[in-house]
Amino acid sequence: MSDRLSVFKTYKLYVGGKFPRSESGRVYEVTDPKGKWLANAPQSSRKDARDAVVAARKAFGGWAGATAYNRGQVLYRVAEMLEGRREQFVREVADAEGLSKSKAAAVVDATIDRWVWYAGWTDKIAQVLGGANPVAGPYFNLSSPEPTGVVAVLAPQESSFLGLVSVVAPVIATGNTAIVIASEKAPLPALSLGEVLATSDVPGGVVNVLSGRTAEIAAPLAAHQDVNAIDLAGADEELAKELEIAAADNLKRVLRPQAVDYFETPGIDRMTAFLETKTVWHPTGSLGASGSSY
Amino acid sequence: MPTTAPTAHALSDVTASDSTLRRFLHGLPGVDAVGLEARAASLGTRSIKTTAKAYAIDLAISMVDLTTLEGADTPGKVRALGAKAVHPDPTDRTTPTTAAVCVYPDMVAVAKEAVAGSGVKVASVATAFPAGRAALDVKLADVRDAVAAGADEIDMVIDRGAFLAGRYLKVYDEIVAVKETCGTSARLKVIFETGELSTYDNIRRASWLGMLAGADFIKTSTGKVAVNATPANTLLMLEAVRDFRAQTGVQIGVKPAGGIRTTKDAIKFLVLVNETAGEDWLDNHWFRFGASSLLNDLLMQRQKLATGRYSGPDYVTVD
Repeated sequence: MSDRLSVFKTYKLYVGGKFPRSESGRVYEVTDPKGKWLANAPQSSRKDARDAVVAARKAFGGWAGATAYNRGQVLYRVAEMLEGRREQFVREVADAEGLSKSKAAAVVDATIDRWVWYAGWTDKIAQVLGGANPVAGPYFNLSSPEPTGVVAVLAPQESSFLGLVSVVAPVIATGNTAIVIASEKAPLPALSLGEVLATSDVPGGVVNVLSGRTAEIAAPLAAHQDVNAIDLAGADEELAKELEIAAADNLKRVLRPQAVDYFETPGIDRMTAFLETKTVWHPTGSLGASGSSY
Repeated sequence: MPTTAPTAHALSDVTASDSTLRRFLHGLPGVDAVGLEARAASLGTRSIKTTAKAYAIDLAISMVDLTTLEGADTPGKVRALGAKAVHPDPTDRTTPTTAAVCVYPDMVAVAKEAVAGSGVKVASVATAFPAGRAALDVKLADVRDAVAAGADEIDMVIDRGAFLAGRYLKVYDEIVAVKETCGTSARLKVIFETGELSTYDNIRRASWLGMLAGADFIKTSTGKVAVNATPANTLLMLEAVRDFRAQTGVQIGVKPAGGIRTTKDAIKFLVLVNETAGEDWLDNHWFRFGASSLLNDLLMQRQKLATGRYSGPDYVTVD
């Protein structure tokens, strides 16, 4: 027997760049798929959800206003930090999803690559979705994609890490801020991801991670008047319907749950789901004799 | 924590001269700072929910002195503020009106017009607000201006320099002069700027000084310095008005101002009022909040209670 006392990790929420416990003081037991106890995770209440919305709203202006290039750098930095903690995440994912070490390692590698993939997209998405529109008048007419605002994300229940990053990264890559509800059964990789985000230049409040009962936390978020969109990836059919009804009240953008293979290259759909198009008209100036001032 | 103040008979003599006034003010019992803060903190832990919360929110809205005291105040901004005071939440007409709007003297006429017929009062800061560094004549002219423009309430600042130098009678005489200038048409709120008085003992002395001089309200701060209304200094002033009424039978109002931004904070202050001064003060004639952003938070909380959904800043005005 070792002389050393074991040091257990206290998993905490990640809200507004800080690591609070749940306001309610509750925790719940997290086990691996075989039922072996792994840790206690905070069981968030609706007040934690409310606080997370306030934090996300506060962070939105700065994050949406940052240059796309800068956002790309920050997201790439997240991938760098993840690489450094690779061993930890391999262990956590293996425990959470009951995978072998080698399979878990493949998941973590794919997850890190996913961050890099979305980091690359930040300053390219506007070129794909935006552009100059031909109009019949002396105007430049330009469309550009703009972030929707505060997005509530129900992370996938089964894919606790790769799935999580595959839904969070596209939301923040385009300048939205996110409130993420971690997988109910396997929240530990998500809570550890909070620690990575905190040490990787992502401003506090851009991503807020809550753990607990998905239905309990999602309901107030879906009805919240200051949340602009909701991704229902982690909701079952019944819950998704209920949340979509609640979300209709302030015309939230809703992304319905769909079957996804998270190992595949995702495409840009998850980014476009939370973008709006802004179009500006700008006068070209006086017309010369040739019909154009240029 | 009752204070033992002198008898009513003695109160008529204390303002006879500088030395008697000083003797009286310095004879007030010292404040137990640790006890005061602990008491304020423990009262702040009360849990106010559901119907009690709904009552508290409506009461707090009705107590707000909706304030704009910026160099950049325009007539348009003051009119918008007036409209908001009359109908804080245009989507829900059951929302009570605020107690008053609080503006600079030159905006009183505009504000008066904006709230005409609604019962909302117009308060005006005066006496060289916020520093109070001007000759008495200038201060009185400032007050006269505001009253003539139709202000229902005057918020004056005391001469903190004189107070801290121990020239209490000068401060006293100034308040008396301002009170006279207000006449019967305007109630007088006296601002101590507690953040500049350094000690709780000084706040207690200033409270008694103000009350002796005829203030209708005693008010913590201008909102222009680093430390404004805190639960502790407001508790201290509430004790002073309670004791003053016990001594003289005269009831005086209290107005914490500055730094109160959330519904939670406001409800904490209401608990202080109820537990210290008593229910008689739970009315906007006797207790006010000097605030601007507080009202939006109160409205969002009110919407949450009414609909069950969390509201957001998109549903209240940008002031």
